[in-house]
Amino acid sequence: MDIDNKSIKPYGDTLNDGSMQLSFTLPLPKGAHSTEVARRFVAQMGMNEVEVVLSNDIGEGFTFFVVYAKTSQTIDSTQVHVQEIVSKKWSREVCNEKIDEYFHRKVTVVGACIGEDAHTVGIDAIMNMKGYNGHYGLERYKGFKAINLGAQVTPEILLKKAVELNADAILVSQIVTQRDIHIQNLTEFVELADTSGIRKNTILIAGGPRIDNGLALELGYDAGFGRGSFADDVASYIIQELHRRLTGA
Amino acid sequence: MSGLNLSKDKITELRILADDITSQISPLIKSHTTVTVERSVLRLMGLDGVDNDDVPLPNVLVNHLSGELKNGVALKTASAMLHYRLSINELAEKISNKEIDITGDLKTSTSEALDFLNEIVEQQLETILQVRSDRESMISSLGEGSMPWQYVIVATGNIHEDVIQARAAALKGADIIAVIRTTGQSLLDYIPYGITTEGFGGTYATQANFKLMRSALDEVSKECGRYIRLVNYASGLCMPEIVVMGAFERLDMMLNDSMYGILFRDINPVRTFIDQYFSRMINAVSGMIINTGEDNYLTTADAIEGAHTVLASDLINESFAKAAGLKPWQMGLGHAFEINPDIQDGFLMELSQALMLREIFPLSPLKYMPPTKFMSGDIFKGYIMNALFNLVGVWSNQGIQLLGMLTEAMHTPFLHDRYLALENSKYVMNNARHIGESFTVNPDGPVALRARNVIDETLEFLRTVKDEGLLESITDGKFADISRTVEGGKGLSGVIKKSDHYLNPFAKVMADNLKISEEASKWI
Ligand code: B12
Repeated sequence: MDIDNKSIKPYGDTLNDGSMQLSFTLPLPKGAHSTEVARRFVAQMGMNEVEVVLSNDIGEGFTFFVVYAKTSQTIDSTQVHVQEIVSKKWSREVCNEKIDEYFHRKVTVVGACIGEDAHTVGIDAIMNMKGYNGHYGLERYKGFKAINLGAQVTPEILLKKAVELNADAILVSQIVTQRDIHIQNLTEFVELADTSGIRKNTILIAGGPRIDNGLALELGYDAGFGRGSFADDVASYIIQELHRRLTGA
Repeated sequence: MSGLNLSKDKITELRILADDITSQISPLIKSHTTVTVERSVLRLMGLDGVDNDDVPLPNVLVNHLSGELKNGVALKTASAMLHYRLSINELAEKISNKEIDITGDLKTSTSEALDFLNEIVEQQLETILQVRSDRESMISSLGEGSMPWQYVIVATGNIHEDVIQARAAALKGADIIAVIRTTGQSLLDYIPYGITTEGFGGTYATQANFKLMRSALDEVSKECGRYIRLVNYASGLCMPEIVVMGAFERLDMMLNDSMYGILFRDINPVRTFIDQYFSRMINAVSGMIINTGEDNYLTTADAIEGAHTVLASDLINESFAKAAGLKPWQMGLGHAFEINPDIQDGFLMELSQALMLREIFPLSPLKYMPPTKFMSGDIFKGYIMNALFNLVGVWSNQGIQLLGMLTEAMHTPFLHDRYLALENSKYVMNNARHIGESFTVNPDGPVALRARNVIDETLEFLRTVKDEGLLESITDGKFADISRTVEGGKGLSGVIKKSDHYLNPFAKVMADNLKISEEASKWI
């Protein structure tokens, strides 16, 4: 197949057919009129061969549409760059060995889910003994001292604890994202951390289902982990980043 | 009949254990009151509204009488109303404005005040019973959906927007609408006032919002020819007050769990146990159905390992509910479909748990929660998971089916997410309507073995809880791996030891109304 990375289109049935499926609701009653509105609306988005394959009355004068269409847009994928975390992923055993080898001491990590956010399962998955989905948490690692403050922790308390314990890394979890509350909370924490002078020796990590490394960097963190990340990912990164800072590599 | 071959003796033993466990707490409940219990007494007496600083009047009055809470606020308030010839609202307003102070001795004689108080209590109880009979007559004239009732949530933060979405859902088959509360409301030690249009992940529970939604649902009930039920959340620091508002505004169901606040909101155990008892009495009298929160155990614990904690909690919830006068039909005992979808035969284990609970609680409308934790951005897979959940729901004849949303991992439901959820359930439940009557489980197969196993584990668990003591077991982290202490948690400062003269006039007449006076004397 002759894929031109400078001109990428969605693939449905054949290369570059541009096929996409959409579903959405319009505040219009079901009928020929709203179906035509939906069709034109999708056409306005740069779509061709727009087919409204479903229009259902979903009550109170709203209609739900499923639409298939072919986009006229292409994207030059060679111009898109993402900032991935560069560390190599190690197993728990390797992590423990590397900690011994590099630091001759335990690595201290303090974590919490901050703000009003009460979701603990994510940060527990990374930090607690039990871990998640067959990946043990940091507590289980010989080389780590992991202190999980739980949820609904204020930025001040998290920072205070981190300073007190001379933490090597701070893990900040944010699950609730409505009205960008996670951005606000994460920013608040970074600003606080910046004024405290811990940044040089402490790695700041953000995590949660709507977080990725790019967003975390943008907000001023050293790294970000999203859905499907586990303790081993985080441990490997922390060790390699600490080592890098130590050796100035 | 289901083929599970559950031992009747073991089920009996489970219930005895649960009663033994809950009765350990009765002396504690009997000897204490709380600020929210006292505020609900005032609300029951008719107090409502806020002062110039937006402080709810029940809080104003309870704060004013903080030194006398040990006696209960009812009698003092009634004397002051007589003494100053003021309505209860006028009294609270004047106290807020510092125009009067009722903490000292008042001229009114106790017997005069008692008579007056009893009149108020009679009249207010009458109002609540009237609301209850309004509900009953609407249901008998309009009819209602068949079980499993289709339960969906609205959570826009804006009650007006909620109304639109609730109406749309009802028109498309929902039987029950829950207005999810805004983040953090459960930790407020007061109830916000008035119509609200801003919330976070949910909408404030206020009496005005209750009223607005109930009247919209009454209207749409008529359009649908089916009574649509309304639910809210009586959890947190204002449990009984929320139930009072619901009793006046004809809510039909309340989330009301005896231990949820302790374990998952870190509310003081003593506070929670006291509050749940009185709130459940009000639920019982007003004919509401309670929903319990066992699903929460499975968000932090593994659903296979934690299955017995769900059954144990259902039994404890049932026992506390019974003590407060709730009838089995009012007990929406909870459980959830939360097994990791990657596990082989996970569906069979879900079916096993649902059939088992159905058999153990034959007269209760079990509240079945959908998959949430393992819902992901793969909405297509999520939609199938919800279909399997609906299949178990209709198969095991659940009472209240809380429909799963394909976008659970992303956001509170969009309008069409709810529609798709209703379509999913309608299709599955209609297509398999009589599946329960069509198949019996192989008594030696994995479904039956699993159910019997969970019962054995629950027996063992409840035996240790009984021996160790419920409060001690909670401290010990036996429930949901979370440890809470008797002196810890929020709201302890709002717990007050009763004096010998303590009076809560509603508790007594409600116990009479529920015909549980003898049992209730152990608890109030
Ligand atoms: C369980 C749950 C709850 C439980 C939480 C129990 C607990 N102790 O945590 C309860 C019932 C209490 C709850 C309450 C609420 N919830 Co909730 N909840 C969920 C649910 C179903 C699962 C979350 C979960 O545990 N996932 C499993 C974990 C392992 O995944 P994870 O959190 O993504 O974590 C992984 C990664 O993100 C990452 N990670 C996470 N944190 C960190 C941190 C670091 C440093 C690193 C490296 C990695 C990392 O690693 C983890 C492992 O891979 C989600 C829906 C869903 N399926 O996601 C809704 C959800 C998150 N909740 C939601 C809402 C709205 C609420 C409430 C506001 C509802 C209300 N009105 O009361 C309240 C919030 C209360 C509060 N103050 O925060 C919304 C959030 C919407 C949004 N986008 O903002 C969701 C998406 C549900 C929905 N569709 O509405 N919830």
